Amino acid sequence: MTGSVAALRDTGSSIGGWLPRWAWMIIALIAAILFPYIAGSGDFLDASIQTLAYVIMALGLNIVVGFAGLLDLGYVAFYAIGAFVIGWFGSQQFPDVNGGKGIHILVSDRSTFQPKLSGGKLDIAGIHINFFFVLFIAMAITALWGVLLGAPTLRLRGDYLAIVTLAFGEIVPRIFENSTSGLFGIGSTDFSHGRQGITPIDTINLPWSHDILYTDANLRPAYWVALGMVVFTIFVNRRLRDSRLGRAWIAVREDEVAAASMGVNLVRTKLWAYAMGAAFGGFAGVFLGSYNNTVNVDQFEFGFSVFILAMVIVGGMGNIWGVIVGAIALSMMNRYGLPQLNNLSEPLGFDVTAISFGIFGFFLLIMMVLRPEGLIPSGRRRLELHEAEIDGDIEDARPVGDMSQMYEVRQ
Amino acid sequence: MEAASIAETASAPPPARKVGDVLNAYALPLLLFGALVAQFIYEPTGTLENVKTGLSNGMVWALIALGYTLVYGIVELINFAHGEVFMIGAFVSTSLMQTFGVTDQTSLAVIIVVIILFLALAMTASATLNVLIERAAYRPLRNAPKLAPLITAIGMSFILQNVGLLWRPTPDQVPDLIGSHDVYFTIFKVDVLHSDVFAVIVTVPLLIALLWFVGNTRYGKAMRATAQDPDAARLMGIDVDRTISLTFLLGGTMAGAAGLIYALYNLTVRFNMGFTAGLIAFTAAVMGGIGNLKGAVIGGLIIGVIQAVSDGGNFLGLQLGEAWTPAVVFGILILVMVFRPQGLFGEETREG
Repeated sequence: MTGSVAALRDTGSSIGGWLPRWAWMIIALIAAILFPYIAGSGDFLDASIQTLAYVIMALGLNIVVGFAGLLDLGYVAFYAIGAFVIGWFGSQQFPDVNGGKGIHILVSDRSTFQPKLSGGKLDIAGIHINFFFVLFIAMAITALWGVLLGAPTLRLRGDYLAIVTLAFGEIVPRIFENSTSGLFGIGSTDFSHGRQGITPIDTINLPWSHDILYTDANLRPAYWVALGMVVFTIFVNRRLRDSRLGRAWIAVREDEVAAASMGVNLVRTKLWAYAMGAAFGGFAGVFLGSYNNTVNVDQFEFGFSVFILAMVIVGGMGNIWGVIVGAIALSMMNRYGLPQLNNLSEPLGFDVTAISFGIFGFFLLIMMVLRPEGLIPSGRRRLELHEAEIDGDIEDARPVGDMSQMYEVRQ
Repeated sequence: MEAASIAETASAPPPARKVGDVLNAYALPLLLFGALVAQFIYEPTGTLENVKTGLSNGMVWALIALGYTLVYGIVELINFAHGEVFMIGAFVSTSLMQTFGVTDQTSLAVIIVVIILFLALAMTASATLNVLIERAAYRPLRNAPKLAPLITAIGMSFILQNVGLLWRPTPDQVPDLIGSHDVYFTIFKVDVLHSDVFAVIVTVPLLIALLWFVGNTRYGKAMRATAQDPDAARLMGIDVDRTISLTFLLGGTMAGAAGLIYALYNLTVRFNMGFTAGLIAFTAAVMGGIGNLKGAVIGGLIIGVIQAVSDGGNFLGLQLGEAWTPAVVFGILILVMVFRPQGLFGEETREG
């Protein structure tokens, strides 16, 4: 029995053993920085940039699901809010602001697509704030919304929590979609252009520079911005995980009642998890909004929430590196793996790419049945999930059809 | 209530209720009812029309909601794929109608026989599918934490949705066998359509049959016992695995019937109709108190009415309309979940 526990605890560090952890991290960082020179500047780099944004979202969701154990099926709501923040603060969406002359904070004519400067001055309509400021504005706003949407769910557990978050994930995009002429017929501001969405969105320029940072011909700087955001996210995630708050999250995940009786403030702990998770959703949302140059309600489907959740689960809930691997794997599979299946369309007689989500669902199913702890599970999770097997060494092995776990009240 | 509730709590006498609890228990139904009355005064004919549409639509939601409530009552799992089971039921019945070339010109007696036959086939197909889903996606995960079957349920839902997509890539017309949109009779200036009558005629016997089955047969007793305590049920000699299969079978049957009614009611089916329908029906199940069969039916009717009123557009001056309906329904779902997790009329459930 001790043998199997030791085997489970052994996180496979034999390869990583001959260099200290920080050295590995520096090597990985340098490799990531140099990556665009290998990847060329075409489609693959574009895919990598999208992937980095998904990594941020997966890490954000990992805080809620992996650390705090609160199953969130409506994460797309925060992506939507973040994307709409850049849509509002970085486009011509509100043409009447400031008497039609617009508001400009550290942006240039190039990043805002102003065709001609009138008297050397920016006067393109709408609110235009520098991308890097909007990033943090959006984090603050989404964190606030994370708390607002999280607060009603504090009493709920497990499945009910999942459903309420799912409902929020469905409501938020609907509200954006329908607020084309005020809300519920009150007021007349157009917040979203309905299904057409907001476009174009300001591109990125450094606050002190007049030039835009990247062009379609040279995407490398966009990659580095995204990479910087990922590094920031990883840093914050690691610090959070090892902090007092992070330990409180794990305690709440393991056993709410025990955590509360040990003096963990459940309300505060859970709300912080929602706020931090949501903030990173908004963080990535701003980047994707600007990078895709459009904010469109069609992007915010339930399928996307599941896509991000699948990254967390496939990678290994609660493990930062696992989640990153999961995000990269799924994002790249979505971009390149599934189109490959197009070759199968001919012999099978139907368009295989049309059912990409079905294939995706199939992977999810297989993954859950065969390896529920994910590709790179956190050691603690792995122990939890194989509890039955370890117990099995002591008692008799449980029969396959054993129901007892399913009915356990703990979530 | 006794016989119809499959997730009953132990027989300990309920604690005396405080005024606050009573207020809490009746506040939401009263609020909803008050809103309806206000809307009725605001716009009498339109509201009656909406209530009628809502009730007949609600029949479909009630049938689907029963599937959720049965399954949740027994295995505490939200069967995300249930909406897709309903969709497949609708597809099967549509295909049958298209293949066998029955039209509204066929004589009435033949149409009745054919519809009953198709109903049976659609119910069988959905029931089989639901049982297979349980075998493939949920049974292997009985020992896993609760998160795992939830994820496979979502995966299953995606798979089935894509099966539907391959089957019918575009929305498809259903042969209008019953003259759905013809007026059957008019009461209080409200036109009751053939489809409304059809929905009631098919649903009510099924509901009664299901309630009777769960309440009065040996199998129903086994289901209730398993819902209460699976381990004790096993000790009493109940085959828990088979009982769970039976539960999925019953849920699938109801979903199949709902699919046929929906197809004939709306005369168009599409591959993604299951997801929203599933969520709406789940809302209904939660509203009635999950695990509570009669509650699910009443919840379905309430949701149907809410939906129809919201579709109607103008609610007390607020501009709603079809674009807002999902948001309204989900908003109510959240309200119920947060304030009355045991359902509007519910006894306490294990989750609540």
